[in-house]
Amino acid sequence: MGITLSRAAQWTTASSNIGKLEFTPMNELLLKEILSFVEEFSSQHPQQAEHVFKEPLQWTTTLVASDFKTDYDISDSVVQSQEKDSEGHPLLLLSPPNVYVRSFSQLCKLVHLTNDKKLEEVRACLEDNRNPVVKVLGPSFAAELEGDNQDETRLFAKVKEEEEHKDTDDKVKLFLLLQNLDKQLLIKLLHEISQQVELNPAAVKNEVEMLKRSCGNGESRLLKSIQYTSDYEFSNGCRAPPWRQVHGEICYLVIEPCDSETLYITCSTAGVFLNRGEENDYERTSDTYEDLVSLLKSKSPQFAKNINKQDCAVQELPSTQKIQHVESVDAEEQGQPQRSYEQQEKNVHEKARQQHTANKAGGKMKYEPCPRWKDLGLKCLHSEVHCFCSWLLFSKTSAGALPVEVFSESSTESEEEEEQPERRPESNTDLPSEYWHIQKLVKYIKGGDQRFTVLTLCTLMDFNLMQETCQLAIRDVGGLEVLINLLDTNEVKCKIGSLKILRKISSSVQIRRAIVEMGGLQSIVKIVDSEEEELMALAAETIAIVARFPKARRTVRQYGGIKKLVKLLDCVSNLANLSVRQEKDVEIARCGTLALWSCSKSTRNKDAIRKAGGIPLLGRLLKSPHESMLIPVVGTLQECASEESYRIAIQTEGMIKDLVKILGSDNDELQMHCASAIFKCAEDKQTRDLVREYKGLQLLVSLLSKADNKHLLAAATGAIWKCSISMENVAKFGEYNALEVLVNLLTDQPEEVLVNVVGAVGEFAQIPENKATIRRCGGIKPLVNLLTGTNQALLVNVTKAVGACATDMDNMVIIDQLDGVRLVWSLLKNPSADVQSSAAWALCPCINNAKDAGEMVRSLVGGLELIVNLLKSTNNEVLASICATIAKIAKDKENLAVLTDHGVVPLLAKLTNTTDDRLRRHLAEAIGHCCMWGSNKALFGEAGAVAPLVCYLKSKDSSVHQSTAMALYQLSKDPNNCITMHEKGVVKPLIHIMGSDEEMLQEAAAGCVRNIRLLALANRKVQLFY
Amino acid sequence: FKALFSNYLDNLKNIINSKAISKTEIECLICDFNVLLREQINPGKANGLDRQNFRSILYNKFGMSDAIIMDAVFRTFDTDVDSFISVKEWIEGLSVFLRGTLDEKIKFCFQVYDSNGDNYITKEEMFHMLRNSLIQLPNDEDPEEGVKDMVEITLKRMDYDHDGKVSLADFDKAVREENLLLEAFGTCLPDRKSIRGFEQQVFQHQLEK
Repeated sequence: MGITLSRAAQWTTASSNIGKLEFTPMNELLLKEILSFVEEFSSQHPQQAEHVFKEPLQWTTTLVASDFKTDYDISDSVVQSQEKDSEGHPLLLLSPPNVYVRSFSQLCKLVHLTNDKKLEEVRACLEDNRNPVVKVLGPSFAAELEGDNQDETRLFAKVKEEEEHKDTDDKVKLFLLLQNLDKQLLIKLLHEISQQVELNPAAVKNEVEMLKRSCGNGESRLLKSIQYTSDYEFSNGCRAPPWRQVHGEICYLVIEPCDSETLYITCSTAGVFLNRGEENDYERTSDTYEDLVSLLKSKSPQFAKNINKQDCAVQELPSTQKIQHVESVDAEEQGQPQRSYEQQEKNVHEKARQQHTANKAGGKMKYEPCPRWKDLGLKCLHSEVHCFCSWLLFSKTSAGALPVEVFSESSTESEEEEEQPERRPESNTDLPSEYWHIQKLVKYIKGGDQRFTVLTLCTLMDFNLMQETCQLAIRDVGGLEVLINLLDTNEVKCKIGSLKILRKISSSVQIRRAIVEMGGLQSIVKIVDSEEEELMALAAETIAIVARFPKARRTVRQYGGIKKLVKLLDCVSNLANLSVRQEKDVEIARCGTLALWSCSKSTRNKDAIRKAGGIPLLGRLLKSPHESMLIPVVGTLQECASEESYRIAIQTEGMIKDLVKILGSDNDELQMHCASAIFKCAEDKQTRDLVREYKGLQLLVSLLSKADNKHLLAAATGAIWKCSISMENVAKFGEYNALEVLVNLLTDQPEEVLVNVVGAVGEFAQIPENKATIRRCGGIKPLVNLLTGTNQALLVNVTKAVGACATDMDNMVIIDQLDGVRLVWSLLKNPSADVQSSAAWALCPCINNAKDAGEMVRSLVGGLELIVNLLKSTNNEVLASICATIAKIAKDKENLAVLTDHGVVPLLAKLTNTTDDRLRRHLAEAIGHCCMWGSNKALFGEAGAVAPLVCYLKSKDSSVHQSTAMALYQLSKDPNNCITMHEKGVVKPLIHIMGSDEEMLQEAAAGCVRNIRLLALANRKVQLFY
Repeated sequence: FKALFSNYLDNLKNIINSKAISKTEIECLICDFNVLLREQINPGKANGLDRQNFRSILYNKFGMSDAIIMDAVFRTFDTDVDSFISVKEWIEGLSVFLRGTLDEKIKFCFQVYDSNGDNYITKEEMFHMLRNSLIQLPNDEDPEEGVKDMVEITLKRMDYDHDGKVSLADFDKAVREENLLLEAFGTCLPDRKSIRGFEQQVFQHQLEK
């Protein structure tokens, strides 16, 4: 306790001896710990509690005489405890405002008396007794405690010296207890401290810089202004005067938020807090925050609001941050050439900075070959990274131009390129000769005129630019900046040369990212609508390569690139016979399409392409006879077909016909894109019909023979799956023996193929004769085997297919033998709602058709409980499917009994308020079946299920009527339910339903009315005769 | 006279033997040539444009500025080496300028760059043309060294038959491999913009008349 109080507690720094404990979370924690220690002391260590302190603990209390009850002698305002020490002094003495306490037992009692002011008392006690241990045990002991001496034998010896104490044993124990407390407190506090962030000058400076950038005008600004109180910065980065730096203070700020009064802030290593704002008065007047942003967030609502808007920017973090770690080639020991190297690097540095002033923090630490970095070492990098995170929050606003564009890019970006770790030669001795050569050439480009630059660029092109060493060499010697700068000149030839190089080196992920970070992509986008054909084509081609990651795609869009690219597509209308000139135009269009293809992986770009009128142009290019043109066109279309608007357009613009035609080409890649375009579009019925009409189905089936090309196979099977949603198509597929081929594909295929194959099999199995075919081809077994997979999309399809197969009795026998029902059942535990519902639906026919279904269900341990628990799901589809399953299970009386035991009745009753017709139908069915057991009918009535059921009769869905009428019929066997039904006006709609064509329905409705009527008659009789 | 003129035109057209340029266009070019001739400071002295006048035309109308190259272009235009550009030479030259195929352009550029007319571009010729092309280098390195270096590299690149100099065949091959090398040693063909400007001025203006 001693050490903790003297070292860890945060005392105010007032000069007088009477220190005050600050109101910090840490002190709060400390007080609470001590309090609970004292509170429990007398119960846990009764003997030690009696020990009399060497000196009384004395403090100013808020307690008055009236607070004390029995055990105390009260006279006026003075209170004495009845407990006395050996010399007859009271162990507690209150003479307001002071209180003197001489034992833990009294301390404990006192604390219990104070009720809600416990903490204040402890605080006052500690503040007035800076050395409680000394007072409790005497100075010699306290010294022992203060020191780190843990030697207990010495302790005993010491105690024995002071023989006058009879209670030596207690004293030692007390001492140990206190020591223990001290240790625990320190551990707790240490833990607390370790969670706090220690600020350093660099971090503060960066944060201030970034906040400065976000000041200014405009609605999204975060602050009005932010200023240091002192312009002078010490060499250690602090701005606080040296005598304040001793206290860990770094600098003082004056911040004007937009919506609240001016804040005077002290930044210290312990955190950021408000001060009084007067000269030389930096005392803390608020809580401490870990950084400026969190302080401002709590002080200025508008700041919090605006910064939250930009929070999404953080998503970018991982990618950008990673690049920082790209440590460049060290030039440190390169000897001779180093001088020029460094200087040149500085130039580049300058340029880069001018180019992206907004990008400061990012640009600064990337791409340059920075020997300096090595000196700064890891530590520096670390703190920079720390600030970088918060800087990113602002990168958008500080750029100024583009306020808040949401960063969500298309979900189809699964094939997103991943950051590759950079491979580097271990040391600079391994640098290839190309490196020095390229470095020289880049120097020439900088110094040469147009002719010389072109010659140099041509020389540079002779390098193997697809090779990583060359690519990185160009980047590391600052070549990228030079090449990008050339794009902004007026020299056509230089631009061409630069683009030719950029196009090639962009095959590297790092180069792509670097180009985008340096703003090179903007320059390229600008060139797209230049007048030189060669430039247009090259620019588009380069975009096609660079725009392979979201940020690049976004950049293209934001600088109007999509519109320009779409314009390139508008070339000749007749693509068959071309003049030389037209061929050039077509080539440009091809490059444009390539670029759009890359861009179209982002949802927003898809929209942008559509808005720019790209769809009809793509449709026109689709008629081109050249594969090189068709691949990007179809690729773009299939990419975009994930959007509803595109699917409609593809259908209405008559592109399905062309797509089917192209499907007949013999280029695998083209066929693949075509098939996946059809895959996506065939969600629509009309499209499916069109595919059949243009004889596309046969082509699709023939693609299945190319089983080696998995991508093609996945696309083709996908298209077959979606097309087979139409039964006419299934019949047509039957002519080509598609099902046999598909069943063969059920084994040994990658998951993306399997999902589609199984999906298709599931659709095929809707037709009875196909069910037999699947069995005959041995399809059941692989299907059941797939039930053990983990891919959710696959499981949904597999359960569906198994369910469809199970509607055939012969199939069911096989499924049962393979233990398929248990497998499907266990999928109910899958976390995905889709899988759950799909499995439940599949169970219905299984239970229906299995032999000894009741026995089978019972044999599944915990199965029924699982089903009942799923009634707590929030997904309507799951609920509907589970209700349907329950209806099937409940046909077996024993199982119904188990279901009832698991509380199925109240759960079903709770669901009755739904408005979802699909759920209503199956729910009513389940209720109808569950009525057959014991008092369930009455229980449903009590649970209030009857009234909502009556309302179901108003639904427009006739299948709801049917199951509801059945359920009502069952429920009406309970008189109370009849009364409720009658009250709710059930008779009229039931009579209406009696007129239905369906016999079952007639019967149920009539039966229900009869029950109501019988009750009424019985009632009348009772009234009449008794 | 008209018949005579038309005959003359036909002849001219045959001589020039270019499909790219039409009869009317030739007519326009002749008119323009006459206008230019009249503007010449010492008209009538010879039957054509002198070097100085030609250079100012190259500068004003086709945006060329390098004196060495302009002289070389004059030399290339002036096929009969009489120091004047005749009508025929004018039209022949401009047909390459305005409508030249890649073949014609390669040949033209080669002739421009082959300053002594020995059908080879030598190291010295290259160096002469590129002399001032490297402006400055950091660290006060000698730009001339850089130019020499680049000449070596370029020569190595273009010299397919390894005879230490670039023949027309070498040049042709190099340019076909990399189009940018066509005007490697200096701009000697007009760019698209000035072509359009010139055509607009000469053809349309003349047609309106």
